[in-house]
Amino acid sequence: MTTTTKTSADRIEKTTVLRAPQARVWRALTDHSQFATWFGLQLDEPFTVGRTVTGQKTMRGQMFTIDFAVEKIDPEEYFAYRWHPYAIDPKVDYSSEPMTLVEFRLKSVPDGTELTVTESGFDRIPQHRRDEAYRMNDGGWVSQVEKLSRYVSS
Amino acid sequence: MSRASAVQRTEVRDAAPLFAALGDETRLQLVMRLAAGGPGSITHLSARSKVSRQAITKHLVVLSDAGLVRSSWRGRERVWDLAPERLSEANEYLNRISRMWDQAIDRLRAFVETEDDK
Repeated sequence: MTTTTKTSADRIEKTTVLRAPQARVWRALTDHSQFATWFGLQLDEPFTVGRTVTGQKTMRGQMFTIDFAVEKIDPEEYFAYRWHPYAIDPKVDYSSEPMTLVEFRLKSVPDGTELTVTESGFDRIPQHRRDEAYRMNDGGWVSQVEKLSRYVSS
Repeated sequence: MSRASAVQRTEVRDAAPLFAALGDETRLQLVMRLAAGGPGSITHLSARSKVSRQAITKHLVVLSDAGLVRSSWRGRERVWDLAPERLSEANEYLNRISRMWDQAIDRLRAFVETEDDK
């Protein structure tokens, strides 16, 4: 089953069909221990509207925290939280920076459940954060292919 | 292990399919032709090529799987173009987050489609 993606300057939207009942997908998304399992982090507190739940994740040998500020829970249909996107540098305090809004929408379809994940608000993320993500990739394939592209179009 | 080398290792892993897609003379020529000449149909792209149209289509599909090109329909003709977001640093930030979501959705799919929570 494929996932379709729509990306604009401000948002990423992914739509896919999961071969599982809507109630099953809903539990996987909103039961904090199930969410923790597939998302790959430790989460000790339930998702509650208006609360910020902090999870811990170990990546590349470093432990860091991810805050989920729960916005809305509409049973079996809609779950939304805010977080700091790409906040993967344990040395940086992202707490004063703008957050993006992550929304999960569920709809029952003949094959199972249609899931739409939207992350929006990227236009408010400071430019230096975007540059940082690019710098981490510098020397990788992007710059190589760009060189190639410039070469052939000059 | 330092963080920098771990990041680079991830980059290398992400980049491998891309370079595999480009590691073929015909495909590299297709990318260069699209970069230089803009979007084109199979007829256009296979002109002056010794390779058959069917083979060109297969190569374009490989490039498409690597996210380098994409196609759209213009009337009854399929038109191929470079996928600029894969080539542009401006969108690299969103691309990375987009790939993270792809991975997260794959894990969610495996979780709900194979494990019973009852």
